[in-house]
Amino acid sequence: MKFITEFRDAALVKNYLDQLTEITTRPWTIMEICGGQTHSLVKNGILEMLPKKITMVHGPGCPVCVTPIGIIDEAVHLVKDENVILCSFGDMLRVPGSDKNLLEAKANGGDVRIVYSPLEAVSIAQKNPHRQVVFFAVGFETTAPANALSVVQADKLGLKNYSILASHVLVPPAMEAILADPETRIDAFLAAGHVCTIMGMEEYYPVAEKFHTPIVVTGFEPVDLLQGILMAVRQLESGIAKVENQYARVVLREGNVLAQQTIHEVFDVADRKWRGIGTIPMSGYEVKESYKDFNARRKFNLDFQATKENPECISGDIMKGLKKPIQCPMFGTKCKPEHPLGAPMVSSEGACAAYYQYAENKNLAEV
Amino acid sequence: MCLSIPGKLTAITSQLDDTFRIGKVSFGGILRDVNLSMVPTAAVGDYVLVHVGVAIGIIDEAEAHKTMEYLLKVENLDEELNSQDS
Ligand code: SF4
Repeated sequence: MKFITEFRDAALVKNYLDQLTEITTRPWTIMEICGGQTHSLVKNGILEMLPKKITMVHGPGCPVCVTPIGIIDEAVHLVKDENVILCSFGDMLRVPGSDKNLLEAKANGGDVRIVYSPLEAVSIAQKNPHRQVVFFAVGFETTAPANALSVVQADKLGLKNYSILASHVLVPPAMEAILADPETRIDAFLAAGHVCTIMGMEEYYPVAEKFHTPIVVTGFEPVDLLQGILMAVRQLESGIAKVENQYARVVLREGNVLAQQTIHEVFDVADRKWRGIGTIPMSGYEVKESYKDFNARRKFNLDFQATKENPECISGDIMKGLKKPIQCPMFGTKCKPEHPLGAPMVSSEGACAAYYQYAENKNLAEV
Repeated sequence: MCLSIPGKLTAITSQLDDTFRIGKVSFGGILRDVNLSMVPTAAVGDYVLVHVGVAIGIIDEAEAHKTMEYLLKVENLDEELNSQDS
């Protein structure tokens, strides 16, 4: 398909690898923020092809992985109410809560429905006027406009039975938290192209400057990723730390202003807890007071602070770039995609699941 | 779930007001309804980036070509720098 195949071109990938090998003189650690990029790096075997001096570490950019356990518990609690229809993206269903996940809640008779878009959840609310429809609104900045749009639309339609359980997280504050952590050593970032499609690049200039760290806004195809890494290494090798845009075919410096307006119509920036990392100030979105009737947390009086995190899971260290999934003693033994102990093993965008899937494919290839 | 995929806008199917539009987008031949509220300037024939049923950006063909030609540019740049050094 146009705009996909050409960015997977093997000859071009090889050219990039040659260039990278040529210019890399010192060891560099680069973090890709977005789980979609982690998945693409692993799936396309790029991690293995990179020069040995370049280490990629995988950031916290998988919304499924960072959604705090308390919010999963809130969702599980909601579906105990027979009047509630909980709509969710499919990959949230198997994320372990402190007691149950949503799939188990569904098996126990809860009305949990997988939707592709929050706008589908609004139609479900229209068709079921006597039931309460709640959309489990997780995601980064990329998903926020769609989730906000669902609220605006429900409001326009005069729906009284639609609300969202919002767990929105923001990328730049997480990057700053990671850089400020004295244990981390990250030389450069690949910023998530789709987040920047919405938010633009402005927020990254002060971060690059403050921490003297190159930030390259990067796409998701193999050629994009290799080009992003090459741009980062070029900066590192010449001691520069600026914001560059590899993904200019989609990302404008100012982002999608209309989408930002929709976000700010519905959401306020608020402190947010990240699973495995803890609370990061001003790192999430909460539904505005003016839309409080669409805020499931308010509508159903939810406030689940409890966090019974599995102590064996080291996902926090993985998302801060301190450890790799294979360094977790549970990886592939007690923790597998069928029985995940932690969220990064659930979503295919989670670093643990990506490594697990890849290791399996490799084993198959060797047989 | 963070996946956003490019597809070609093939038709505008409903238009409630200036911004609220729905269109058909083809992903390699598979057609889906996509909300176009965030891309008011998208026209039939454009490639749009779609995330959870909402188009979030328009793909700029000229920039896409530049990306493909990046390596070439890097090599030229290196030559320029080298000739400046000498
Ligand atoms: S392998 Fe499982 S237990 Fe270990 S960090 Fe990943 S999700 Fe947690």
